[in-house]
Amino acid sequence: MLENAWIIPLLPAASFLLTLFFGKRLKGGAHWFGIAAVGTAFVLALVVNVQWFQHVDEAEHEAKSAEVNSEEGGEAPVEGEEGLGALDGESAAAPALRAEEGEKAEEFEVEPITRSWTWWQSGGVEFKAGMLLDGMGVMMLFVVTLISLLVHIYSTDYVKDDRRYTHYYAFLSLFTASMLGLIMAENTLQLIVMWELVGVCSFVLIGHWWEEKPNSDAALKAFLTNRVGDVGLLVGVIVLFFTAGQTFNIVEINTLANEGAISQTALLVASLCLLAAVMSKSGQFILHTWLPDAMAGPTPVSALIHAATMVVAGVFMVGRMYGVFFNGLNIGTSSVNALAVVGGITVLGGAGLAFVQDDIKKVLAYSTVSQLGYMVMALGVGAWTAAFFHLFTHALFKAGLFLGSGSVAHAVHSFDMKKDMGGMKKFMPKTYVTFLICSVALAGMFPFAGFFSKDEILAGAGQLGGEGNYTAFVVVGTLGALMTAAYMTRCIYLTFFGEYRGDLSHHAHDHGDAEAAETSDELDHAAAPHVDVPHAVPHESGPRILVPLYILSGLAVIAGLANLPKNGIFSFLPESLTLRFEHYYEPKALYFPIIEHPEFSLATAVTSLVIVTVGWALAYAWYFKGLGPHGITQRNKLARAGHTLLVNKYYFDVLYTDVIAGSVKGPIARAANWFNQNVLDGIVNGAGIGARKSGEWVYRNIDQGIVDTIVNGSGATAEGTGEVFRQVQTGKVQQYGVLLFAATAVLAGIFIIVI
Amino acid sequence: MDALYLNQFLFLGAILFCIGVYGVLAKRNAVIVLMSVELILNAVNINFVAFGAFWSGQPGGSPISGTVFALFVIAVAAAEVGVGLAIVLLIHRNRKSVDLDDVDLMKG
Repeated sequence: MLENAWIIPLLPAASFLLTLFFGKRLKGGAHWFGIAAVGTAFVLALVVNVQWFQHVDEAEHEAKSAEVNSEEGGEAPVEGEEGLGALDGESAAAPALRAEEGEKAEEFEVEPITRSWTWWQSGGVEFKAGMLLDGMGVMMLFVVTLISLLVHIYSTDYVKDDRRYTHYYAFLSLFTASMLGLIMAENTLQLIVMWELVGVCSFVLIGHWWEEKPNSDAALKAFLTNRVGDVGLLVGVIVLFFTAGQTFNIVEINTLANEGAISQTALLVASLCLLAAVMSKSGQFILHTWLPDAMAGPTPVSALIHAATMVVAGVFMVGRMYGVFFNGLNIGTSSVNALAVVGGITVLGGAGLAFVQDDIKKVLAYSTVSQLGYMVMALGVGAWTAAFFHLFTHALFKAGLFLGSGSVAHAVHSFDMKKDMGGMKKFMPKTYVTFLICSVALAGMFPFAGFFSKDEILAGAGQLGGEGNYTAFVVVGTLGALMTAAYMTRCIYLTFFGEYRGDLSHHAHDHGDAEAAETSDELDHAAAPHVDVPHAVPHESGPRILVPLYILSGLAVIAGLANLPKNGIFSFLPESLTLRFEHYYEPKALYFPIIEHPEFSLATAVTSLVIVTVGWALAYAWYFKGLGPHGITQRNKLARAGHTLLVNKYYFDVLYTDVIAGSVKGPIARAANWFNQNVLDGIVNGAGIGARKSGEWVYRNIDQGIVDTIVNGSGATAEGTGEVFRQVQTGKVQQYGVLLFAATAVLAGIFIIVI
Repeated sequence: MDALYLNQFLFLGAILFCIGVYGVLAKRNAVIVLMSVELILNAVNINFVAFGAFWSGQPGGSPISGTVFALFVIAVAAAEVGVGLAIVLLIHRNRKSVDLDDVDLMKG
């Protein structure tokens, strides 16, 4: 199956075409193609995962037996593949290529599975299409297919009776296909194609209800903002293409970068260009502005695309090209670099904005921005495994949170926490529990998933890098954890506690009248009227919404166990239980840089737990108990300024819309208009008049004079000739005979004379 | 047969041929034209037979090839006359005349 994993993206691609062409005929059953295809893809992804584990174990086993042989079978205990770092010094004679790296516990290589076909050929360069499957790809296959499957199921209820139900499912399938294709891309060119395809799907699905202006605006904003970053991607890929000796092959580029065959300057330029793409796709400051607006799309789409999968494409790309980033930015030896700085700013910036949002999905969106910041920061400090582990856990609990918010919004037909929610715990106990579990996981409380991944990032920032480590980013990360805990408490308080603030009578009316529902809300639900039995209060959602929530919250609890630390208080655990994620999913081959792994640090873990608890306590005191200086934003000038800054989202939208777009629209547009009216129109008019004049002259002289004469003359000539020759054609056979014989006689005469 | 005798036959053939050609070109009666065509064909036959006899005496020559050609020509001529007379008969039925000068439907 590993060799044939390329089938997995083809399944949803086929489902896209089938849904598009035959979906309408299924009469509201358009989801079946998608669910069947993604379900099969999920099963195949599980198979691929299991086989990949075997593949890794086999490689490890081989490496070990080779090692034992080289030591003449002596020193009987086979060296543990992990742990026993101290023993590594003794095994320096081991044949494994990286034996000299003391910290590197695992000294075997796992070859990635690659297959490629020539796509086309031009100027001696072969453009390939193919598959590159290694640990990170296998892990992403699992995440994408799992969440896509759950979202497919969830959506059958959530967007039921939507007017573009078929298209919705078609594009969910296309998105899944292109995301899987992105994961398996064998070369950077394929990466770009898939990157753009997921962008298109995102655009289409954000603007799913395009009849309303804000939705189509949000779709455009997402698309255009991503274009800005894509320029960086394109330039970066081109730079790498030429510096790596005219190749798009990801493995080759990374290998060359690791070997030092590409100059550090070129790598720096390339990684900065690629960083622009990461900033746009993964919602990093300062190109993050599209992501919160993307919440205009249906909630399942937000869960799948704008929280769990597509937005991590940037993070994934950095991980994929880690050889380039690692060497280009000197991640291993510096203590500050562009990647970490961008991530760090995003962690705090996103978390700050999450405090002032009234829309539950926007809180989650800014939370996503902030968490993506964590991942980018982790990659920036060199904690690759931590970043991808956080990607893994975050995908699970954030999808759970989004689907949970969708469940609530489904009941109250609004996303506004302050106006239409509150006290939802009473109405939707099941959604409440899942939402709570996922938030705790997001906040990073032991033993939920977020704890392990976030702690690993903090430990990485504290222990990796050159002199002084990345200490500044430990502070940033810890502060981010505090804010995360606090804003999620606020979100839960506003949604589930207190009194229900929605208008019950209005609510009942809503249900009776689909039209009213359309106009009652500026966002999401307007176009998905839920014409059910009218009821006075919000009610719990159905099983197709709840089951995905159960699954995701269950995983949010246990996913952290996938990468249990192995030192410190965890040292009692057997090896076969710890660091499984790192063991199986981290690439161990020449194309991957030699990275170090942080050790579990009790101090960091306890600090972050205390910080999270403090965050909860502060938020609890502020929101639940009403303690603290409420209303300070009205009284204190500084606090008011800060609040205004947050409410206006740091004025990024103002900068983009009014300053940049406005200046383009204003003076530049006027100048262009003047130029257009006066210069261009003059040229165009002049050309028009000139053309007319010359046309007239040509008509009078050439056309009438020369051409017509020739045509008439040839006609007259033909007529005259015909008149002459018709004399010969008498119709009398004997005259023809005479001519025939005469001609024969003449020819015969000539023949005789000449011969 | 030597060349001296051969010439006499060839002269006879040539004379017959010329008479035939004159008849084809000058006579207005379609039947006579057909008869003249027969003369031309027979002039050819004489040539065939004469050359056949001449070559049969030469080394490597075949004794009967000329005669066989003549027989072929006679057979084809019979068929030709059959078709020709049928055409003439139909012309006569339609126009009550076999004068070739009247048959000028193809005049341009």
